[in-house]
Amino acid sequence: MLEIKNLHASIEGKEILNGINITIKTGEMHAIMGLNGSGKSTLANIIAGSEAYEITNGKVLYNNKDLSNLSPEERALQGIFLSFQYPVVIPGVNNTYFIKAALNAKRKYRGEAELDAMDFMVLIKEKLKMVGMDESYLKRSVNDGFSGGEKKRNEILQMITLEPTLAILDETDSGLDIDALKIIANGVNNYRQKDNAFLVITHYQRLLKYIEPDIIHVMIGGKIVKTGGKELALTLEEKGYQWLTDKATV
Amino acid sequence: MPQVPQKSDSFKEREDKIIDDAINQDYKYGFVSDIEQDIIPPGLNEDVVRLISSKKNEPDWLLEWRLKSFRNWEKMIEPTWAKIKYPPIDFQAISYYAAPKEKKKLGSLDEVDPELLDTYNKLGIPLDEQKMLSNVAVDAVFDSVSVATTFKKELAKHGVIFMPFSEAVQKHPDLIKKYLGMSVPPADNFYSALNSAVFSDGSFVYIPKGVRCPMELSTYFRINASQTGQFERTLIVADEGSHVSYLEGCTAPMRDENQLHAAVVELIAHKDANIKYSTVQNWYPGDKNGKGGIYNFVTKRGLCKGSNSKISWTQIETGSAITWKYPSVILKGDNSVGEFYSVAMTNNYQQADTGTKMIHIGKNTKSTIISKGISAGKSQNTYRGGVKIMKYAENARNFSQCDSILIGDKCGAHTFPYIDVRNPSAQMEHEATTSSIGDDQLYYCNQRGISTEDAVSMIVNGFCKEVFAELPMEFAVEAHKLMEISLEGSVG
Repeated sequence: MLEIKNLHASIEGKEILNGINITIKTGEMHAIMGLNGSGKSTLANIIAGSEAYEITNGKVLYNNKDLSNLSPEERALQGIFLSFQYPVVIPGVNNTYFIKAALNAKRKYRGEAELDAMDFMVLIKEKLKMVGMDESYLKRSVNDGFSGGEKKRNEILQMITLEPTLAILDETDSGLDIDALKIIANGVNNYRQKDNAFLVITHYQRLLKYIEPDIIHVMIGGKIVKTGGKELALTLEEKGYQWLTDKATV
Repeated sequence: MPQVPQKSDSFKEREDKIIDDAINQDYKYGFVSDIEQDIIPPGLNEDVVRLISSKKNEPDWLLEWRLKSFRNWEKMIEPTWAKIKYPPIDFQAISYYAAPKEKKKLGSLDEVDPELLDTYNKLGIPLDEQKMLSNVAVDAVFDSVSVATTFKKELAKHGVIFMPFSEAVQKHPDLIKKYLGMSVPPADNFYSALNSAVFSDGSFVYIPKGVRCPMELSTYFRINASQTGQFERTLIVADEGSHVSYLEGCTAPMRDENQLHAAVVELIAHKDANIKYSTVQNWYPGDKNGKGGIYNFVTKRGLCKGSNSKISWTQIETGSAITWKYPSVILKGDNSVGEFYSVAMTNNYQQADTGTKMIHIGKNTKSTIISKGISAGKSQNTYRGGVKIMKYAENARNFSQCDSILIGDKCGAHTFPYIDVRNPSAQMEHEATTSSIGDDQLYYCNQRGISTEDAVSMIVNGFCKEVFAELPMEFAVEAHKLMEISLEGSVG
């Protein structure tokens, strides 16, 4: 579903990604681990289509199509979802209204009938339960006054409502306590299917205990230095990243 | 300046001569040789004022009132303190009187400018209304005259007077004489003085004691509503204990050959009365380069004459090349309340210098100001607010909130709050914010499949929520759509 071929990217002239190669097949869950500054978020945002970054070499293919000509909203409409590391606040715009607008934009794109307010309320209430959020979140403005954990839950709420084909979770676990983590993991696992795929980005292996990826990549200095199965997470837990850093600088 | 004729006979001769001259000119002003057209040449002098008054069959006292205003106007200087730039207006190059023309009816919507129809569709205006607005002959099924008649019957039942101003002068001269100029004295400012001399027509509303007007009054239902005058004059009087909600304007873009508009609206609320005046204005703002476009210089003032009275102004302004207006409330009666809710949007090259004045005179008076300014393109949007607490205004309270949002980096938003407090018991609260729509907010919306234009519209609507909440239902729905259209092309 997603093919990243020899991707090099920079921001304001500074090289961040130095040749990334990843292939994610439909039904797979991949994880990318690495320290801060390794380029993980950059990769996530490039797939989402952020114009802040410049692709200097290589390409990103989604369902065999080159993404470079598609705007962020076109990529979203084609099924790519990014759960942001730092979700932005949009005061004055009601959370329910926002999610409904997003869902209806997608439905319209697919030629489906848009949901009216009543049908949407039924849907969203169901989804709220799945991420352990109460109905008060429906009355608030997007992420306005939300704690870090609440913002992350709002991201997952949007994910399970919009039902993307490729979901990228950027450090969704940071700032969450164990209970919240379990709820989020539950939401993600329930959503996981044969016909979608996940790219989970984190630098703690904690999340990966609850969400078990098929493949783990370790990223250091904008490159993938190791790829392995889910046991790799435990190895990193024991040894840290140092052993890989040493290898990478060789 | 020509001699002022003393007697009506010689005046009639003079009138004929003016018309003769006009006809013999070389079509310099695009005159039609058909006398029935009834236009007088451009220029303003006492004769023109007399002509206007005589054409309308006005009583002497009204003619005198007009003349007095005109003489004041001649001594006044055009105000230049507003943050607005425009080429000087030649007041002698405007024609001040044109008899109501029977516009030739079009056969069908196919004959109407497709761009105009596109806008109507985007605004969700039903087909029959579109026909009315573009002067297409309407079938018997939707007869605007019969709708207005039913409306009038209902009002008559309650004793509500709602008719064109010129008709009220004939049918209720005592009321006009009593209240005209009470809120806005003719010499108040340059534009109100001009209006007072040459006003064409407008609405007159009188709500009797204790009556709650059964429906919202709209300029739409005034006969000849499609011909909005250049110098409109509206007077609304709410007698003791009465209530009325009045809607001015419509979201449909209004074009007019006359570039200068100087209207006057006077509201008078007696004891325990309540007047709610809502405006949605979308005058032609000029093309993308700022050419053409209406200049809108309006004086609107409410007088809370009696105790416990309330006047609130709600406005959504998205049109005009230039907007100069400060709907105000004079809080004379004890315990009276004045409110101002406004969304003023400017795009491309529009300029707006607008705001309000709240003058606290009585005891325990209260005023609320919520102003939202949206600037986009290369426009300039200025809020000018004045709150004045007079010496004997005990226990006055004011809450002001003026927020601006900027879209893009070539526009400007300015705020000039004036606060003048002469009584120590006053409580004032003032908040102001300026923000812009962040790229990261737009990116977040994009990532959820929402286009940048829709995102801007959503954010702006959220910004204006508090003001939209004050609009009567019908206007509220239209206002949302109007904002979307006005924001077109504001990003990127």
